[in-house]
Amino acid sequence: MIPAAFDYKRASSAAEAISLIGEYGEDAKFLAGGHSLLPLMKLRLAQPTVLVDIGKLTDLSYIRDAGDHIAVGALTRHRDVETSDLLKQHAPLLAHTAGEVGDPQVRHRGTIGGSIAHADPASDLPATTLALGATYVLQGPNGTREIAAADFYQGFLTSAMAADELLTEIKVPKMDGAGWSFQKFNRRAQDWAIVGVAAWRRNGDSGVALVNMGNTPILATSVTTALSGGASIAEAAEQAVAEAEPQADLNASIEYRTHLAKVLVRRALEAASS
Amino acid sequence: MADTTVGIPTVSVTVNGVLRRGTPEPRKTLADFLRDDCELTGTHLGCEHGVCGACTIFMDGEAVRSCLVFAVQAEGADITTIEGLSAPDGTLSVVQKAMNEAHGLQCGFCTPGFVVSITALLRDNPDPSDEEIRQGLSGNLCRCTGYQGIIKAVKIAAGQSVDANGKAH
Repeated sequence: MIPAAFDYKRASSAAEAISLIGEYGEDAKFLAGGHSLLPLMKLRLAQPTVLVDIGKLTDLSYIRDAGDHIAVGALTRHRDVETSDLLKQHAPLLAHTAGEVGDPQVRHRGTIGGSIAHADPASDLPATTLALGATYVLQGPNGTREIAAADFYQGFLTSAMAADELLTEIKVPKMDGAGWSFQKFNRRAQDWAIVGVAAWRRNGDSGVALVNMGNTPILATSVTTALSGGASIAEAAEQAVAEAEPQADLNASIEYRTHLAKVLVRRALEAASS
Repeated sequence: MADTTVGIPTVSVTVNGVLRRGTPEPRKTLADFLRDDCELTGTHLGCEHGVCGACTIFMDGEAVRSCLVFAVQAEGADITTIEGLSAPDGTLSVVQKAMNEAHGLQCGFCTPGFVVSITALLRDNPDPSDEEIRQGLSGNLCRCTGYQGIIKAVKIAAGQSVDANGKAH
């Protein structure tokens, strides 16, 4: 399996990477860990003409306490998110979920920013950061801007990020002792979730997001609205698919996905409430 | 198609302690670079798209799939392949001996990747539970053994006592 040929540019700074991507236009792509992009290129589902390698931008790999949130550099690898004491303390849902991504080899190379920028609705970290109310920091030729995860995902593998913008940081609000759960239903350890649910709950507050239940990661606002209106967990879980648009594939029919989502939301909320 | 002859960056990587330089085409994977350019054919390619784990190597100390890394991305990396895990005189490593003893292989195609993954697992977790072994090896597929012999080999390499069925005591 050999990808189509491409030109390779190794960036030595974020600014240089953004300048290079601007220079080569829409057929150029950033290359971080490459664990979403390389399989697509090998299957020739993606054929970028230029790859701008940002893998050496080690100053984008960090996990810092920033007061009300934890700042995670976009090039932080899943393994480093999984094992971060800071995240285990302040955003344990994210640390745990990073440890559920793929398998050990994937977690050693894949990055949180790459996973989010790829905007795959079947990936674990887009939905998890969505449930946590994270903010993404995008750097472009004219400076940086911040966008809420809830406004970021626009369609299948499509986000609000412009072609010449680079995701540089994920701001994860501190969970402040909230109960949490990540439910991933799959048949083999390394598979994507057939359906996944990320949920947290603290006093009257809650957040729930769904993996692989539509063209984007889905924020299950009807569930959280029901909970804050006093509904029981079982009642709220019945609202699991109100915002979802599940599709059928080899693994599951629409009906099966719908059933799974309700069951997994109930389990996640029970675990987050105990 | 992009011009592949102009501006190809030189790649320098340390493989099993030896500095290797090359100018691989950017689309050449690290796995193909190791096999074709370095003539280290112990790293095997099964699926070639990030599922089977046969191509697993150590890259800067972590187990990674060399089929999902372009050689140009490995610039400056310190790499250990299966050839670097046994002693220079060919003496097998503890993990390799355990795989032999426990019949952790049949056709042997997946074995280099498993040996790397097991070596990494036991370095980070010298006394793993059954669940931790299965999770730790979830990125490697074997179509011959049914995994029982492989799990037994991990336990033997970890110094855990095992019975004939591979159960730890």
